[in-house]
Amino acid sequence: MAKDLMPKSWKEFPDGIHVEVKDQPQGFDYITAGWRTFRPEVNLDKCVHCMICWLVCPDNAVVVEDGKMTGFFYDHCKGCGVCANECPVKAIEMVPEVK
Amino acid sequence: MIENILEIRWHGRAGQGVKTASYLLAEAAMDLGKYIQAFPEYGPERMGAPMAAYTRISDEKILIHSGVENPDIIVVIDPTLVGTIDILKGVDLEKGIVIINSAMEPAVFREKLPGFKGKLATVDATGIALDTIGRPIPNVPMLGALIKVTNLLPLESVEEKLKHKFSEKFTEKIVEGNLKALERGYQEVRIDG
Amino acid sequence: MGKKIAMETNQLAAFAMAQIDPDVVAAYPITPSTEVVQEFSKYVANGEVTTEFVPVESEHSAISACLGAATAGARVMTATASQGLALMNEILHIASSARAPISVVVASRALSGPINIHGDHMDISSIRDAGWIIMVAEDAQEAYDNIIQSIPIAERAKFPIITSYDGFITSHAVEVAEVLEKEEVQKFIGPKKPDYSVFDEKLTIGVLALQDSYIEFKRKQAADYDKVIDIVKEVGKEYGDLTGRYYDTVEKYMTDDAEVIMVAMGSTAGTAKVVVDQMRAEGHKVGLLKIRLFRPVPKDDIIGVLRTADAVMIMDRAYTYGGVGGPLFEEISAAMNDLPCRPYMANYIYGLGGRDIKPSHIRQVFEDGLKAVKGCGFDQQIKWITVRE
Repeated sequence: MAKDLMPKSWKEFPDGIHVEVKDQPQGFDYITAGWRTFRPEVNLDKCVHCMICWLVCPDNAVVVEDGKMTGFFYDHCKGCGVCANECPVKAIEMVPEVK
Repeated sequence: MIENILEIRWHGRAGQGVKTASYLLAEAAMDLGKYIQAFPEYGPERMGAPMAAYTRISDEKILIHSGVENPDIIVVIDPTLVGTIDILKGVDLEKGIVIINSAMEPAVFREKLPGFKGKLATVDATGIALDTIGRPIPNVPMLGALIKVTNLLPLESVEEKLKHKFSEKFTEKIVEGNLKALERGYQEVRIDG
Repeated sequence: MGKKIAMETNQLAAFAMAQIDPDVVAAYPITPSTEVVQEFSKYVANGEVTTEFVPVESEHSAISACLGAATAGARVMTATASQGLALMNEILHIASSARAPISVVVASRALSGPINIHGDHMDISSIRDAGWIIMVAEDAQEAYDNIIQSIPIAERAKFPIITSYDGFITSHAVEVAEVLEKEEVQKFIGPKKPDYSVFDEKLTIGVLALQDSYIEFKRKQAADYDKVIDIVKEVGKEYGDLTGRYYDTVEKYMTDDAEVIMVAMGSTAGTAKVVVDQMRAEGHKVGLLKIRLFRPVPKDDIIGVLRTADAVMIMDRAYTYGGVGGPLFEEISAAMNDLPCRPYMANYIYGLGGRDIKPSHIRQVFEDGLKAVKGCGFDQQIKWITVRE
């Protein structure tokens, strides 16, 4: 996919080292989670909405709505497990991606 | 001694206002529509170290940017430098002008500057400075003496510049003292030759 | 006619910066450019500028803060010299590839060691491959004019710029300069229109580009950098329309019919003009080509002047160890290679560490040239002068 986005000539390259995210393979609209082995699942009955998972997530993959943790953004989660490890009430469990 | 450019070399020690005097003269000349350059010679910077500064004045834009080799006028703000360094370096021994800060007569320095036949002048600039501003900073009376000896510019234009420039930094009392020092340097200089 | 003032060139540079009134100045003072920062900070303290002044703890931090502010869309300036510029080196390359139009005032100084604070062109020469525009001024007037022009040049070209003048020789000399009013400067430079901003959420700044794309980024940067030459000419003309002082990438002084042409940069060019006048009066056909734009090299303008000369004397106040002469000589020799018939060319390394270059030295160089024309070239192509032999 990345190959298709590459300009055909250097003349079409950007002026500088800043690029618009939508034009790039690693950007916001792209799925970066294809290599996950375990996925986090949250038990919202246990969750106390302390936001520690949101704070520690390296991929900004914790979804928060109106101050409440509501789940995960699985397109971005790489399954590192930091959230599950840090959760003070053990509300997050890492489950195998392939069952 | 470059065509159409008057060159002055100032000798003194760091802290005696050598640079200030060289700038003040240049800026007063600029106010009269002249082109000028003024620059000190920098070495190790410490109070009391011998230093030199230069002023160039011309009616035309000054293009040259090398050091002053053959100055027309030498102003020695610190007399202890006579005999210590070659104050006559590059000077035309017939036509040059030397002005020295000293309470002694010019004739005394004739002996110390063998071969020099140009105009020689002395003024007790340190004494004047102590009287007028209360500190041994002889640059301004030396400037007054220079004006008298050379008629480079009218004294009033230097007074004007001094008043303007010193008012930005010093109290009214110090400005007044310096104006008096300038006037006295002008009046009291003794000229030989 | 503008107002004439007399100031040390460093103070004049600060005065020009205050008229530009940049959004951000981040600086760490170093001799002989200290007074630029010192005087500018007074304008800040007196509320005469709206600049956010960021005192930092090193030149590396200064240029980093400048780059950060520039990527946020700010108009940014700083001042430095010598080892200070050398310490900025790492970030200089990033700033140019980021197309950050930062304007840096440099009072050119020798690189230590031995420790030396005086003027030569080693500092700006050592960073000539960093992708910055580098302009060198002859005197206080040109230093002021270049600083004002640096803003539109950098912002139109989208490249950072260094405007330099010779340390001490120019930086610490009082000269007469004609200046604009602040309103005129503001009108000339116009408001800053940011090309991009770090606050734009859709932008990634400082991308990674490896084997599959790095060379294309560089190819584009190189092509855009070449366009700087025309922008310098364009701004130089607009500035001339405003002030009567027109500027080009080079300045020709009595070169049209000259047999021997000297190429020089910085304050030496002024002294060389005096010698040209003297030697012309004696009937010698000599001239001077002053390089104002050191980077990018205005190749066509240089060739256009030198092609008709019989001998070209290139003066370098810098040296490239183990290179073929000084930086100007290397560049100009390479540029002249295209010519079917080249003039004799010689290189003079002079004035390192502020060693004075006198009219007599310059005359000697011209005389070497005249002799070469009569005979058959030079016995020695690269020569050190103003040195104890």
